[in-house]
Amino acid sequence: MTQPFSFTLCVPESRDGASPDLSLGDEGAMHSSFQELLREQELQELQELTVGGRENLAHGAAAAGRTEVWEEPEPRGEHPDFSSATLQILARMPSRTIGHSRGAIISQCYNRTTKLRRRNSQPPLHQASRSARPSLRQYDLELDAGRSEQEDTHSLLVKELQTLSSSQRNHILQAMPVSLAEKRSLRQELGGHRSTLRKPERTRWPLSCCGQLKHDFITGFRSLWDGFLSLLHSLQPWHQSLKQIGGRFGSSVLSYFLFLKTLLTFNAFLFLTFLIFVVATQARYPPAAGNSRLFTGLELLTGAGYFTQTLMYYGYYSNFTLNDPCTPSCGRCQPGKGHLPYNMPLAYVFTIGVSFFSTCILLVYSMSRSFGESYRVGSTSGHFAMKVFCAWDYKVIQRRSVRLQNENIRTQLKELLGEWQSKSRPLSLCRRLGRMVVLSLAWALSLGTVLGCVIAVYYLSEHLLKVHRDSRDGGSSEARQEAFLLVLPMVVSLMNLVMPYLYNLLAAWEKQESPALEVYVAICRNLILKMVVLGLLCYHWLSRKRGYYLEDECWETSVGQELYRFVVMDFVFTLLDTFLGELLWRLILEKKLMRKQRPEFDIARNVLELIYGQTLTWLGVLFCPLLPAVQILKLVLLFYIKKTSLMKNCQSPSKPWRASHMSTVFITLLCFPSFLGAAIFLSYTIWAVRPSKTCGPFRMQETIYESGKTWVQELEKCSPNIAWFTWIHKHLVGNTFFLFFVSGVLLAVIYLHIQVVKGQRRIIRLLKEQIANEGEDKVFLIQRLQCIYGKQETHPCVPGRKELNA
Amino acid sequence: MPRAGRRRPVGGVAVGRCPGDGDLRRGGRKRRGEGPGRSRGSWSGAAMGGSASQLPRDLLDEYQELTFLTKQEILLAHKRFSELLPKEERESILLKRVPKSKILTLPELRANPFQDRICRVFSTAEDGDGSMSFEDFLDLLSVFSDSATVEIKSHYAFRIFDFDDDGILDRKDLEKLVNCLTGEGDETRLSESEMDQLIQNILEESDIDKDGTINLSEFQHVISRSPDFASSFKIVL
Repeated sequence: MTQPFSFTLCVPESRDGASPDLSLGDEGAMHSSFQELLREQELQELQELTVGGRENLAHGAAAAGRTEVWEEPEPRGEHPDFSSATLQILARMPSRTIGHSRGAIISQCYNRTTKLRRRNSQPPLHQASRSARPSLRQYDLELDAGRSEQEDTHSLLVKELQTLSSSQRNHILQAMPVSLAEKRSLRQELGGHRSTLRKPERTRWPLSCCGQLKHDFITGFRSLWDGFLSLLHSLQPWHQSLKQIGGRFGSSVLSYFLFLKTLLTFNAFLFLTFLIFVVATQARYPPAAGNSRLFTGLELLTGAGYFTQTLMYYGYYSNFTLNDPCTPSCGRCQPGKGHLPYNMPLAYVFTIGVSFFSTCILLVYSMSRSFGESYRVGSTSGHFAMKVFCAWDYKVIQRRSVRLQNENIRTQLKELLGEWQSKSRPLSLCRRLGRMVVLSLAWALSLGTVLGCVIAVYYLSEHLLKVHRDSRDGGSSEARQEAFLLVLPMVVSLMNLVMPYLYNLLAAWEKQESPALEVYVAICRNLILKMVVLGLLCYHWLSRKRGYYLEDECWETSVGQELYRFVVMDFVFTLLDTFLGELLWRLILEKKLMRKQRPEFDIARNVLELIYGQTLTWLGVLFCPLLPAVQILKLVLLFYIKKTSLMKNCQSPSKPWRASHMSTVFITLLCFPSFLGAAIFLSYTIWAVRPSKTCGPFRMQETIYESGKTWVQELEKCSPNIAWFTWIHKHLVGNTFFLFFVSGVLLAVIYLHIQVVKGQRRIIRLLKEQIANEGEDKVFLIQRLQCIYGKQETHPCVPGRKELNA
Repeated sequence: MPRAGRRRPVGGVAVGRCPGDGDLRRGGRKRRGEGPGRSRGSWSGAAMGGSASQLPRDLLDEYQELTFLTKQEILLAHKRFSELLPKEERESILLKRVPKSKILTLPELRANPFQDRICRVFSTAEDGDGSMSFEDFLDLLSVFSDSATVEIKSHYAFRIFDFDDDGILDRKDLEKLVNCLTGEGDETRLSESEMDQLIQNILEESDIDKDGTINLSEFQHVISRSPDFASSFKIVL
């Protein structure tokens, strides 16, 4: 810092010997160049700087007050100003030029490149050098050397870039904040130096006939290919729709549709694995018994009847083995038949296992990525700055939506300000007590309703089961029996439809302080309701096979049917909700109440509904392998219906919505209660529940897991050359020690990461302190500078300030 | 639509009209002529392939290497850009500049309150009139694309918000910025005390070195803590 500082003391008029501590020898040359620069400078630029100068002065005043060594320069009228020379130097400070001057940018890039070269052994860490600044070595404050300095850095940069590999070079060029023309010229310069690698210039001499033909062919093919590429671009699934939605409602509503798309990919994956490994094989070798029932149409809702004996359900799948080389006892094996055996039960259980495992990995991966994007160490403060700098959604392109966004930002800013002001005066004890009472009452009410719902569902399901059995024994018509089955899913879906509105009412009553908290509370309540009801239903399904079912009935199929009904009913009620909650409500608002307002699209509730539907699918996939297909159909329909309804009926939400933060929350919810719950339910079913004896691929086994075990044992006997596989099974899967070991390692890794983050927090705090100190230093130096420059214009500085340096 | 003509600066300070948005926007609207339906039609037409000249192959590769765009996006940009030029100039698209008023007729930009700043920042025109060459246009799309890094996005965001091009965000810049965000009309603006309070808070939060202004590093520091920035600082063609 001493170098620039000593320069700043080279004051034009100080030759008169006012400051004896300056070395005056080399001042003449500097002086003249400085004068020139001053002349060049436009007056207007100085004007713009006055505000900054005023601020500096204010801070300087604080510093001066502390040290009490020099007086503050007298304010000139209303705007106290620095002298023009000071402003000149301020405007040249590196921290200010870096934002707009080309030279500074190039110099910054140069510094980065140098850094990159130094640690070339490591992968390029672009993120790490985010706040890299041009060092004063390359970019010092020599005012007169601007142009040539720039050229120097430029050539230095070119040299540095040449030492890098071409991929790194491209990366740097890509991320350089200069214009494309400049990048191209840089690249050209680089290319000139490695002429061997460069493609020869296209020549102009006439081509031979054959060459002409080839050229024509290539151009024709190219134009075709380009056309194809741009067609491909426009064919991206839902690209247009998503753009339309984003253009009108911004990223917040868009996040719902993107979530829907994610779910669609999960289901497509699940569906494809099942289709290839289980469904297609079973369809190729259907069981002897044909389907006796006729299709009536009611099946689409109930999933029973005609569908019972189809590929839809577990009960239809058989336990055959294709190309079986062995008869059950291994003695009569005939290896080397040329075909691998295909064991249906194994295929079934492995498909479930593998698809769930890969879904789990995909989910955890996307969750971790989304966490990495949306949570930063030490990102708790700075609401105002974030709101102002990051609030505008550039995707929004419709005029009306832009106006709406303006309004929303304005209200949000006002709310933030109001909140900030109310924070400064604390609530009285009485009001705080009142708040506590309201909050606890609201929570008690919501939990009470959840409890009520659960009890109602439990008794209803028990009762319905009894009625169903009675009516079957009593011999009532089949269609009536099936229609009767619809009651439970209907009641549960109705609950899921109505309860969120009740919670919204509660939220309006309790009036949380921040909108973010309100959203979280709503999500929490809805989630509790849905998960508790689903848990109860799972318990109900697994327990009822004990007493209520006849020995010859396939309980897996009936559970699958039940889940199918739930999925379908969920869809129907979502449609109903769209119709009632959005269309009708808009009509009422517009026609009856004559208000311009439209209903808002409740993102949180809609996403939770999606998560609920996905949980149902995951729960049901073991019992109904084609359920993912149903879910895919449902999601595709939902996309178009929701989009249409959104465009016609809704306006964008006025609450601030931190899109990436919320999508992290949603993907976490999808992973944690939803997927994990379904996985636990299925694992329990596979490990501990006895499958039906008369149907399904596992009819001979005690549990589904047993089939895997017997297969491993058979494998051990039949082919000793893959003993390692059985060894793995015996020691790693069968042994609990391994499980403990893995989870221990996992915990250790997590602990390590927590500690690293803690350390980073500390470093951030220290760095912040350091920056604040530097800032004070800067203010101090500027103050001194002003003191020296201002001396000639206004009044001399108080002698004795020199002691400050010591 | 707030009428630009009615706006008056308040309190002696040139309270932020987003520079030039009134007249230009209106000009843009007139030129558009056929009403809002046209824009969509024109761009699906572009996707299917117009009569524009082709980009040379090696240039396309070079552009792809130097920007964050994919080949498809560059081709699409090429078509959209050539539609902005009059028919007879389309052959020499790489040499022509499109005036700002024409650029702002793009549906992606015409309602954006920062349209003028965007043109100004990305334009390489010597006289600063905001006209754009094809390369400037690609630059713009590259920065606003999906795959651009947060760093480069925040760099350009800083320059867009720096209304007076002096390399720092001072109180005046912030005031203009807030006015652009909340809308321009007298009734939509924040009151002066609110504005003062707001700017005070912003400076307190983000001005780390306490010099009363926000420089690029400080700005990028704020941005890096806001994950939504990268997803909202995006223009989809």
